[in-house]
Amino acid sequence: MTEVADNLKSLAPPAELRRSPNIIGNRSFGFLTDKLTAFNEGKTPLWWWIMFFPAAFCGTIVLPTMLIYKISTGVGVWGNNHPVMWGWDIINFVWWVGVAHAGTLISAMLFLTRQHWRTAIGRAAEAMTVFSVMMAGLYPGIHVGRSWFDWFMFPIPTYEGMWPQFRSPLMWDVFAVNTYLIVSTTFWYMGLIPDLALLRDRSKTRVRKFLYGLFALGWTGSARHWHNYEKAYTVLAGLCTLLVFTVSSIVGMDFATSQIAGWHATIFPLYFVVGAVYCGFGMILVLLIPLRKLLHLENIITQRHIDRVCKLTLLSSLAIGYIYLMEYFIAWYSGDPYERWVFSHRLLGTTYWYGGWIMILVNVGMTQLLWFKKARANLKLVFCIAVLINCGMWFERFVIIVGSLYQDFLPANWGYYKQTWVDVLTFVGTLGVFFMMYLLFIRFVPMVAVSEVKGITPEADPHHPPGGAKGEKP
Amino acid sequence: MSEKNYGLIAEFDSPAAVLQAAEKTRDAGYRRWDVFSPFPIHGLDKVMGLGNSLVGWFAFLFGAGAFIGTMLLIWYCNAFDYPLVVGGKPMFSAPMSFVPSYILLVLAAALGAFIGMVALNQLPRHHHPLFKNKRFELVSRDKFFLVIGSTDLKFSETETRKLLEEIGGTHIELVEDDE
Repeated sequence: MTEVADNLKSLAPPAELRRSPNIIGNRSFGFLTDKLTAFNEGKTPLWWWIMFFPAAFCGTIVLPTMLIYKISTGVGVWGNNHPVMWGWDIINFVWWVGVAHAGTLISAMLFLTRQHWRTAIGRAAEAMTVFSVMMAGLYPGIHVGRSWFDWFMFPIPTYEGMWPQFRSPLMWDVFAVNTYLIVSTTFWYMGLIPDLALLRDRSKTRVRKFLYGLFALGWTGSARHWHNYEKAYTVLAGLCTLLVFTVSSIVGMDFATSQIAGWHATIFPLYFVVGAVYCGFGMILVLLIPLRKLLHLENIITQRHIDRVCKLTLLSSLAIGYIYLMEYFIAWYSGDPYERWVFSHRLLGTTYWYGGWIMILVNVGMTQLLWFKKARANLKLVFCIAVLINCGMWFERFVIIVGSLYQDFLPANWGYYKQTWVDVLTFVGTLGVFFMMYLLFIRFVPMVAVSEVKGITPEADPHHPPGGAKGEKP
Repeated sequence: MSEKNYGLIAEFDSPAAVLQAAEKTRDAGYRRWDVFSPFPIHGLDKVMGLGNSLVGWFAFLFGAGAFIGTMLLIWYCNAFDYPLVVGGKPMFSAPMSFVPSYILLVLAAALGAFIGMVALNQLPRHHHPLFKNKRFELVSRDKFFLVIGSTDLKFSETETRKLLEEIGGTHIELVEDDE
């Protein structure tokens, strides 16, 4: 047997080709546990408060004020007009839904493909999903002029006998976004249960023990529990993966089923999925790069994790570049004068030409920097790229929505769109809620899934020497 | 006497140690025992003979029910209770009813998986006899525990303790059942 082992050793790849470990430092379970829960149990640092107050101000003062103002006054407080009936509200809706998608892709799809490195960033990505879907779900509810009739969207039996019209993708959206919110929250919460039990077991005060114990549901870590838990986790991951493709496809169909030139394209569902994932990778980088430093998790969320997310970003950027190209090609190839008009005016028009250039230069051009290992290793650069990706994708939605609506079939019907301060502050408010909830999340539960990270260390495998296995079994 | 006790608990340091101990406990003929660990241990479900988890069935039944239910709902709303011609399209057809039904299938299956997990694990429960054990707090940190229940037919305080010592368990203690 030793001969075989020696042969295997000589076949092992040279050091520079070997994969670096998922967790640097070869730490014990105890060390990892202490490290990953340290931020939840220690004193709240100053930087947290400095970030929390502005976010909480925007989220709890600015946003409700804007909502009350809009609902009590009417949609006229926004820039939406005729013919641009969809403005910042729908742009931001699509943007927030997009941000959510990368989180699900990381936590669910990479789980199904057994990518162990995802354990370090899965929880953080899922939290991003949950909070951004909440923000996305807000917009359609206030986009309808009379928000107090929102319940018309649900099939509720009333004396009027009014039912939703299920042929409309806008109706499908109601189900898709709500489902996405509930399913991703369930997935996130179920992943949290073992870690809530961990925090319960470590609690020093009765209040903490009670609260964490309440949410941990009495988890003991029994093998029977884990057995059912793993199965449920796999099923949920599979279902979440379906949602990655469904939700944004339906959002894309909201546009594609209309007749507007620039929207009426079969590529839209795919277009929106890819765009969503790409934008979300940008957001996860924006969140992870500072947080890994502030929470001292550089050995858990390693350079390698960032590197891989960068590569996924690059991949989705290439896909989106292809889709942009196809869109232009089909607009030309269709011979449709209205299509050609919209697409030529995206770049060469007089009003919103800058949006088209930002979208192409940022989303396709700038991201090509990520081909270079040096660029991926420069975290400040990656952070800037990630912020710009979010801006670029916001402009993509601006170009698609406003750029297609403001000049449609009849010149007599042409118009101009300009956002108002209420539009801007509502968006700032949703950003505030998102970051406020994210900060609360990292403060009260471990940002990294502790049980999952422990489970992928070499020490956790009972069939290998680091896990305590002694030599060959008879 | 044994009604007052929950069982004997033994502590182990590594996943391999507890896995081997589990194999020996099974070979010794015990039926009512369980392993507690900070993360799922690969291969343990086979040793314990747990088979396939029923969670998948929960998800399937919930999902199938929701799919059929939504189809019926859409038919009832748009074709039966208040038929309304929209764009000259049929009152009820597969393409338009598939998408909402499929979405609600995902929703119900996900909730089914979660509910199935909670129900099969008999959660939530506010208390467990093992929570009284001080060492057991380390179960979510870095220790592994094997518990042989006192309801096991082969359970005897001295014999079982001896077995746990033999298979390498430390801190062997009797856990009281105070409920």
